[in-house]
Amino acid sequence: MSRGVFGAIVARDLRLAARRRVDALLPIGFFAVAASMFPFGVGSEPNLLRQLAPGVVWVCALLASLLSVQQLYGGDFADGSLDQMLVGGTSAWTIAVAKAASHWLVTGVPLVAATPLFGLLFGLDAAAIATLALSLLLGTPILALLGGLGAALTLGLRSAGMLLILVVLPLTVPALILGAGAVVAVESSLSPRAHLSLLGALLIFSALLAPPATAAALRIATE
Amino acid sequence: MSPSVRSSRLPNPLSNPLRLTTFASPVRFHALTGALLPWLWAVCLLLGAAGLYIGFFVAPTDATQGDSYRIIFIHVPAAWMSMLLYLMMAGWAAIGWAFNARLASMLARAIAPTGAMFTFMALWTGALWGKPTWGTWWVWDARLTSELILLFLYFGYMALVAAIDDPRRADQAGALVAIVGAVNVPIIYFSVKWWNTLHQGATISMTAAPKMASTMLTAMLLMTFAFWAYAFAVVFTRTRAIVLERERHTDWVGALVTRRPGEQR
Amino acid sequence: MNWSSAGEFFAMGGYGVYVWGSYGVAAAAMLIDAAYAAARQRRALADARREIDDEREEAVR
Repeated sequence: MSRGVFGAIVARDLRLAARRRVDALLPIGFFAVAASMFPFGVGSEPNLLRQLAPGVVWVCALLASLLSVQQLYGGDFADGSLDQMLVGGTSAWTIAVAKAASHWLVTGVPLVAATPLFGLLFGLDAAAIATLALSLLLGTPILALLGGLGAALTLGLRSAGMLLILVVLPLTVPALILGAGAVVAVESSLSPRAHLSLLGALLIFSALLAPPATAAALRIATE
Repeated sequence: MSPSVRSSRLPNPLSNPLRLTTFASPVRFHALTGALLPWLWAVCLLLGAAGLYIGFFVAPTDATQGDSYRIIFIHVPAAWMSMLLYLMMAGWAAIGWAFNARLASMLARAIAPTGAMFTFMALWTGALWGKPTWGTWWVWDARLTSELILLFLYFGYMALVAAIDDPRRADQAGALVAIVGAVNVPIIYFSVKWWNTLHQGATISMTAAPKMASTMLTAMLLMTFAFWAYAFAVVFTRTRAIVLERERHTDWVGALVTRRPGEQR
Repeated sequence: MNWSSAGEFFAMGGYGVYVWGSYGVAAAAMLIDAAYAAARQRRALADARREIDDEREEAVR
């Protein structure tokens, strides 16, 4: 029953995203604009941009993820469907995992797909671009899981968006360090294996611990 | 709230034998801490005076850092307090959530501002120590950077509980955030440490403190205990305020405030 | 004793600004923290007292 409900929630979120295509593409738009701002700020010198690229791309992906996660829960909370799901017997844990999956599919995957383009804009070579894409492939699910926790904690509060970012951003520091660090390693002709394996471990850790915490937060917010 | 909705019980704080949860009641807590406060302040001032005396007048000047190292006598205790208080905050919040113990949650909320203050103090003194020693106002070394993130964790907790109007939801959400933060602190610390060694050939480190003469260590420990007494005093004061705020409508508070004003603090 | 004069004490071997800047801000931070807590306690007491008085008035009417 759990898998059926999980699939149903994800399918519903994807359908809603498809209907409001503009809203779904906003995170990518934000990511593109924000990342492109940096050269204007720091200058277009190729070596500098190449050095900055991993950090800039990662931070922009982070912000794009966290800015968009709130609407995933907010809409359902506002129209009462979240309460209905919980009252109707769906486990909060299932909702948490499903929402994280939806968020990753709608925002995370496009972000990963966009990385080669930005890699080129910042002058990264093929190996670095591949590592960047891989690090974001591992990192965006982590961001979706942590973002979901933040969204559940701030359900229905005023300034929920900013509050969510303030609460969740410190928790994303390890992923940021590992993800950007992997690309920096490749650029220095070192192996990114250590970074990426640790990032993978972080993903597993988040996948195990974030959903129960998110479920608890959902119950706290809706009681 | 109509005036007739008041409990008619008026408990006598110490009439029953002491149990583990005796002071879990706001009434007894308020009475106990009221009696303790003067002693806590006395201990804080005594130990602080002793620590500062030894730190400035007994501990020798350092060979490499001169007298600037004396900042250590407040920098390190402040850093220790910032971390200890975060754990206390998370611990009490967790107890409050798990056992539905209101007072534990109130205690957690009272700890946050003082913990944040010590974190700020650690960062500020760290910067002023770093400038004469390393030449810059800020070094991104593992410890200072982790302190900065700890400050953000405190801010996150305080912002979240302030944004939620319902006290119960605020206490529980705060507990969850504090616990998640506490679990993440080791991960954050180790990743920052690793990051630090990757990005510079970091020979700069705040752990390169002067080799500790025993007098220096004594002064630091005295200051730590002084800060601890201070933290108890201020956190208890704030908790008493929160207790009064939340329990305004109970009978025992009514009895408390209608006694002659000079009878209690 | 480390210092032969008050002047030496305040100069801290040339590092006076840093040492006293640290201790000064630390003391200020602790005082402010304690003052705010005490003020909150006083306000809570006053609010509770006012509420009792309001209730007493209500009951009398």
